[in-house]
Amino acid sequence: MKLVKFFLVGILFGIVLTKTEAVSWYRIYEMFHFQSFHMYGIIGTAIATGLIGIQYIKRKKVKDVDGNPIEILDKEDGNMRYWLGGTLFGLGWGLVGSCPGPIFILLGAGIYNVAFVLLGAVFGTFLYGLFKDKLPH
Amino acid sequence: MEFLSHTWHWSISGFLIGLVMLLLIYFGKTFGMSSNLRSLCAMTGIGKKIPFFDWDWKGQRWNLVVVTGAMLGGFIAVHFLHDATNVNLNPKTVEQLNEMGIDNPNGKLVPDALFNDYSPKSIIILIFGGILIGFGSRYAGGCTSGHAISGLSNLQLPSLKAVIGFFIGGLIMAHFLLPLIF
Repeated sequence: MKLVKFFLVGILFGIVLTKTEAVSWYRIYEMFHFQSFHMYGIIGTAIATGLIGIQYIKRKKVKDVDGNPIEILDKEDGNMRYWLGGTLFGLGWGLVGSCPGPIFILLGAGIYNVAFVLLGAVFGTFLYGLFKDKLPH
Repeated sequence: MEFLSHTWHWSISGFLIGLVMLLLIYFGKTFGMSSNLRSLCAMTGIGKKIPFFDWDWKGQRWNLVVVTGAMLGGFIAVHFLHDATNVNLNPKTVEQLNEMGIDNPNGKLVPDALFNDYSPKSIIILIFGGILIGFGSRYAGGCTSGHAISGLSNLQLPSLKAVIGFFIGGLIMAHFLLPLIF
């Protein structure tokens, strides 16, 4: 089963985010009030780890698990979509305190009302698909 | 086992999150959780009407497997690795929240005032917040995992713009709007 490794990585991700309280509404509030280093430390360390790993992959031309060359795509250029989309996302993040990963993790953790957030998020995604061509990107 | 059941230090969890991203790259994929929301839309067959969802979500099944695993991870963490004694928020944060009528964490991950009362107000807030998250992350082309972690660690300028946007929105919400809402 090729999918098992993804399931295991997912389990690790879910445990880590829960145990470090990155799925906590309180931690997100605290972060946006600059009252703790905790969340900044998590995000900063994750980026530093990723940065070193990606540089290593690029320089050593590491192959992926199937032996294919690893190609990490650049993000598309743009302005409005990042500033505006990012700000809208941030408003939601600050309000309900969970981004897409934690929405799923909290459901598993037994916070059932987060299903309302998931419902909204799927609907929000649908709205974007509906209006995509009318939006500045 | 205390080191497992207490709140994990940011350096350890940050490292492990970076590792999760690198593992997905090594598996030939990318780390980005909000794409699953697009898959959930595409799955309904709505792609026949809206081209954005005419998308090979089956090719993204691996990512749905990742979030399913993440859900199980959340379950395991709460049921088998949980010791609620040391959620130590900044006391100032707790005091500030009390003033808004939001309950102390006491080991909980989310406030009852928002997630454990079925009042129309709470439900509307949760759905509305979800809409902002879903719409915003797709518009910006990624969320915390796709832009803040994957994008920034690959030195992507667009991701920096998006992450600054995340903080502009979050700061406006936390400082100006939350006190009006609660």
